[in-house]
Amino acid sequence: MDVSKFIAIMISMVFINNFILSKFLGLCSFIGVSKETKPAVSMGLAVTFVTTMSSVITWLIYRYLLLPFNITYLRTISFILVIASFVQLVEMVVRKASPALYKAFGIYLPLITVNCAVLGVAVLNSQEFFINGHALKGGFLMSAVQGFFAGIGYLLAMLLMSGIRERLELLDVPKSLKDVPLAFIISSLMSLAFMGFSGFKF
Amino acid sequence: MKRLFKEFTKGITIENPTFGLVLGLCPTLAVSTSVNNAIGMGLAATFVLLGSNIIISSVRKFIPVQIRIPCFIVIIATFVTIVELLMKAYFPVLNRQLGIFVPLIVVNCIVLGRAEAFACKKPVVDSVFDALGMGVGFTLALCIIAAIREILGTGKLLGFSLGKGFEPVAMMILAPGALLTMGLLIGLVNYWHIKQKTNREIKRAGCNGCK
Repeated sequence: MDVSKFIAIMISMVFINNFILSKFLGLCSFIGVSKETKPAVSMGLAVTFVTTMSSVITWLIYRYLLLPFNITYLRTISFILVIASFVQLVEMVVRKASPALYKAFGIYLPLITVNCAVLGVAVLNSQEFFINGHALKGGFLMSAVQGFFAGIGYLLAMLLMSGIRERLELLDVPKSLKDVPLAFIISSLMSLAFMGFSGFKF
Repeated sequence: MKRLFKEFTKGITIENPTFGLVLGLCPTLAVSTSVNNAIGMGLAATFVLLGSNIIISSVRKFIPVQIRIPCFIVIIATFVTIVELLMKAYFPVLNRQLGIFVPLIVVNCIVLGRAEAFACKKPVVDSVFDALGMGVGFTLALCIIAAIREILGTGKLLGFSLGKGFEPVAMMILAPGALLTMGLLIGLVNYWHIKQKTNREIKRAGCNGCK
């Protein structure tokens, strides 16, 4: 197997095609939860876990259920159902197994169901790693890697943003720009900075 | 009738999904590169909103409270699939432009938000007007953002050139431009709200307010 391919996916997902800053996936939670560092990191970790697992599960469903029966048009329904029930399952398991972790995740876990990043990475996987209804070689591993690093990219953007916004609380800014508008302007500057990575060539 | 009209207009003005409630940001920013895309996305989302609101409010008495969210999601996903297939058949170019944001209407917070906050509590007719208002509000907001970005980013509007003296700012049709436009627009709306509020206070206090 080609290792360079995995590294390419990794760098592309974290820096070049960062889910938040260049693809606009998962923006609602990015603006909503990035006020403080701790919840932001919890949310990022939860998202990373869910994107990884859901890209594995949805790849399997696409390959062994939707393709053989020729019902790929049910992609959206089946993916969102699987993701919703998976998140529900994780919530139950975490609550039973580790109450401390459950407390750290808090309300963010159920919120992930409607995070576009999760469904987005599942749909992207089904578009990129299947050509004309045939699975690419190593596609399973690649989609798992893609899901994981999409989550890491999300975590990175979350961490940077929450750090900046924590400092911003102390500053005197125009009243009408406070909070959300300023968060948008800052993420615009961050995304401008991240565009510098698009010069990477493989 | 007046009540229904109010349900319709609140989605466009006070509770505008994009500028008032700040919901459904991902598609708003991602597809607002041109007014064409914005209109396509707005209409698709309006259709899904309308369909899901009608179905959800007509079966609202049969859905158990505990599992309502999965039920809503299945209903919404059905309409999204309809849109996906229709768009693929009749508007292939638009479908390619919008890309993965067509299936992602499922997780658009506006649709689920209206189902949860409105359609599962109110009768069908009210829900229809609510959906139409929200849809039109969303489409308008998208068009405003898209028009600003298209004019500044490409020097065109709806594909027609607006004169040659202007050097387009390519950044505006890329990711940073979307975030910048959105931030400044929300700031503008906030400014307007604050100004209106202070005006009202001055009016209420009258001349005694200056003491």
